Amino acid sequence: MEYLLEVKNLTKRFGGLVAVNNVSMGVKEGEVVGLLGDNGAGKSTLIKMVSGVYRPDGGKIFFMGKEVIIDSPMKAISIAIETLYQDLALAENLNAYSNIFLGREKLKKVLKFINVLDNDYMIKESKGVLDRLEIEIPSLRNRISMLSGGQRQAVAISRSIYWNAKLLIMDEPTAALGVTEQKKVLDLIRLLRSQGIGIIVISHQLYDVFSVADRLVIMRRGEKVAERNIKETNPDEIVSLIVGAEKVSEKICPADRD
Amino acid sequence: MNNNKNSTLSVSQRLQSILAKNWAILFTLIIILIFSFTGKRFFQLANFQNILHLSTIYLLLTASETFVIITGGIDLSVGFVMGLSSVLSAKIIELLHAANFPPALSISIGSIVALIVCIIPGLINGVLITKYKVPPFIATLGMMGIANGMALIISEGFPVAYLPRVLPNIGNSYLIYILPGKAISFFSKPKGIAGEEIKELIRIIPNSLIFISIIIFILWHILKNTKFGQHTYAIGGSMDAAVRAGINTNKHLIIIYVLSSFLAGLAGVFYVFQTGIGIYTSFGAMYELLAIAGVVIGGASLMGGKGGIIGSVIGVFLLGVIENGLHLSGVDPFFRYIAVGLILIVAVIIDQSFPDLL
Amino acid sequence: MSNMVTQRNGIHRFFLQLGSKWAIIFLILGAILFSIISPGFLSFNGIQVILINSPFILLLALAETFVIITGGIDLSVGFVMGFASVVSAKLIALFVVMGMNDLFSIITGIVITLVIGIIPGFVNGVLVARLKVPPFIATFSMLGITHGISELLIKGVVAKNMPVLAGKIGNGSLIYIVPGKTVSFFIKPLIQRGGNLIEILPTVFVIPFIFILIFAFILKRTKFGQHTYAVGGNIDAAIRAGIDVKNHLIKIYMLSSLFATIAGILYVLRYITGKADAGTGFLLDGIVAVVIGGASLYGGIGSVWKTIIGCFIILVLENGLRMLGFPTFYKYILVGIVLIFAVLVDKLFPELIHKED
Repeated sequence: MEYLLEVKNLTKRFGGLVAVNNVSMGVKEGEVVGLLGDNGAGKSTLIKMVSGVYRPDGGKIFFMGKEVIIDSPMKAISIAIETLYQDLALAENLNAYSNIFLGREKLKKVLKFINVLDNDYMIKESKGVLDRLEIEIPSLRNRISMLSGGQRQAVAISRSIYWNAKLLIMDEPTAALGVTEQKKVLDLIRLLRSQGIGIIVISHQLYDVFSVADRLVIMRRGEKVAERNIKETNPDEIVSLIVGAEKVSEKICPADRD
Repeated sequence: MNNNKNSTLSVSQRLQSILAKNWAILFTLIIILIFSFTGKRFFQLANFQNILHLSTIYLLLTASETFVIITGGIDLSVGFVMGLSSVLSAKIIELLHAANFPPALSISIGSIVALIVCIIPGLINGVLITKYKVPPFIATLGMMGIANGMALIISEGFPVAYLPRVLPNIGNSYLIYILPGKAISFFSKPKGIAGEEIKELIRIIPNSLIFISIIIFILWHILKNTKFGQHTYAIGGSMDAAVRAGINTNKHLIIIYVLSSFLAGLAGVFYVFQTGIGIYTSFGAMYELLAIAGVVIGGASLMGGKGGIIGSVIGVFLLGVIENGLHLSGVDPFFRYIAVGLILIVAVIIDQSFPDLL
Repeated sequence: MSNMVTQRNGIHRFFLQLGSKWAIIFLILGAILFSIISPGFLSFNGIQVILINSPFILLLALAETFVIITGGIDLSVGFVMGFASVVSAKLIALFVVMGMNDLFSIITGIVITLVIGIIPGFVNGVLVARLKVPPFIATFSMLGITHGISELLIKGVVAKNMPVLAGKIGNGSLIYIVPGKTVSFFIKPLIQRGGNLIEILPTVFVIPFIFILIFAFILKRTKFGQHTYAVGGNIDAAIRAGIDVKNHLIKIYMLSSLFATIAGILYVLRYITGKADAGTGFLLDGIVAVVIGGASLYGGIGSVWKTIIGCFIILVLENGLRMLGFPTFYKYILVGIVLIFAVLVDKLFPELIHKED
């Protein structure tokens, strides 16, 4: 089967620092790929090139077989790539539904020609998608700065799943969640996979990754060091690939650039 | 974190970076060169000393802003605290003088009282900012209004002018006077000079320069070589890190703002010495904005953590040379505003294009 | 911030609600206080006086509201206002001298000024959004540049040849009533000597007010407004959500200059002259009004109506002091105190009230 998303020789530099070095990988439709690696491995930087936050310094990106230049988040969104970021990328001063619809606000006409925010619609839709995650949010109208970490995460996840993405990138989707909620998110990922959506999951929780991923890509210090089918490997092997079985050099790993 | 960096820089990149880091000095030298041709009597000892002399006030205000801006804050009240100080000191001197106190005494008392009083705005600013978490912009904005109001009340809107004659004499005199071929004297003009001869009088080193150099040197030393200075940079770099390192940031910041308003108070006293009057600061003067401009031109970032006294001094001189040069070149004074605006933008852009590579 | 949102008893919540509305309470109490001390403060004429002096601070504060919500600041509005006053005065006078009829001179002059006046805002926007110059510096530079240009333009005489019509518009009112006889709009009816004429709502107040209505609506209920808040709240989130943040910021600064330009034009209509420093005092008043209105200088929070309340607090204080015979100096002190008080109160009553305001 053809890749839904394929990146070839992707490179990103910050000044003299090489954050992502010649990485190639792909995701198929209906496949979950776990992107793993220690801090500073370059995972977040890599996916940010796919989501349009960074422009690659080298390499190409192919989506649905065709080469694409993803030069802005707008572009990524327009070709149906949705991203859940590690830092959630939420506006603290806005409420839950405004965040879910940020940039894609639903409008309605008032007095026949003035376009105004259709809050009722957005509230209803947001409620719907939040209910799928079964996380209680007391009032959708509250500023999200008043919500807990888990509730915030739910809002961010909801945003990423609401827009009918073809490719979904999730950077640490379960970080702030409790056990039951984590399970719900994983169920959701499985559900989306069964709908033919390609998913990249970055996570430190190996247990979670092993329970949903079909394939694993491991990065270390900006490079891809290995790729494994989930059935052909085990957590121990993965850990040693992440950490590097050979002697670790003196260099301190560069912190992941956000 | 910097491991790979230096090896990937070419010679030309390094050269560019050096140029960029010192652009202010280079630019100053270039325009001095230009003004020497376009300006009447620009390239003369007397004129350069004049530039220094007039820059005194700005040097003080800029120095105070330097400390504040390095901590990531801002002090909008300096111009108006200066006005308050000039008015207050002048008023006291005037009253004492009218009551027949000897000039030396009235001047001293007036100056000292004003300096002490000017600690208060800084104290209030500092407390508001640290304890009550009022953003510096707002706290000092409010204080600016209050200081201005007080200056106006004390002076009733008029300059305070009945001051002992000796005041502006001290403020404007030089260390050395030379009447070529005839006399040398210190601190004051040689006695018995006839009218014509005054034109030939050479003056060297304004008194104000001496004072200001001492003060600037002390401030430079504090910022660069002491723990206090180090902590100032630390707070500006990361307040959080500073707190967790055990620095008493609240106390430190209060001291910074007190220092700032104290220096502004000092500027006010200097003003009285230089002009012989005390007057409130009008809105048009924009002292604080020019002070901030000086600091930014000197390489500081409004985010904090960067900058220094030397850079700020260069910034002040750059602005002073421009104003003086434009004036002597017969250019409309209002081009100065435009020039300052453009230079400031250039300063920031250069600063951003060359983050600390060296 | 805590999650103990609604576990307070009724009375406590009542006081909290009260506290969060302190600005308007302060305004009302202040107005009442002044009217007790100086009867006539809140009289029909008294209010008209306040209103006729309001346009400049209202417009500049409106400008700052938008800019401050995005987390920036616009220091240039005062001098853009002055610049606009100089440009429009010169243009109008020029057209009159060229023989154009009064009304057309004024209209053409105004239209051209509006177009020119947006340019400083555009430059500000480009500096901030594309060149990443901090707003403080970019707008301060623009302040200097517009100041310089204004003063250069003004060399030579200003405001000769200004048509009388301009002054009539600037000092006119929306509604004129001759009791028992006629009602007319905008145009002063002729009356016999000693006749009774009631004027309601100065024109120079009405125009800003219309803009306030429009832009309060825009800020609160349209995508543009929503994105303004988003950019101020978390610019990264806005970028990643696909919002074209750079262009948005440029528009915001252009809007700010537009309001300042309108203020400058109104200045000319009212005082029949243009001055480079026409707007200096109002910049600070405008910023203070926005902060009193609850906006955060860090961005993301603010509201047009609350800013307006802030404006009127300043106006009431100013006028009240004036009527009591205090020299204007005291205004600075009072406003400074109110400003600090405003911020402290905001800290004591963090938004326990739901909704983005």
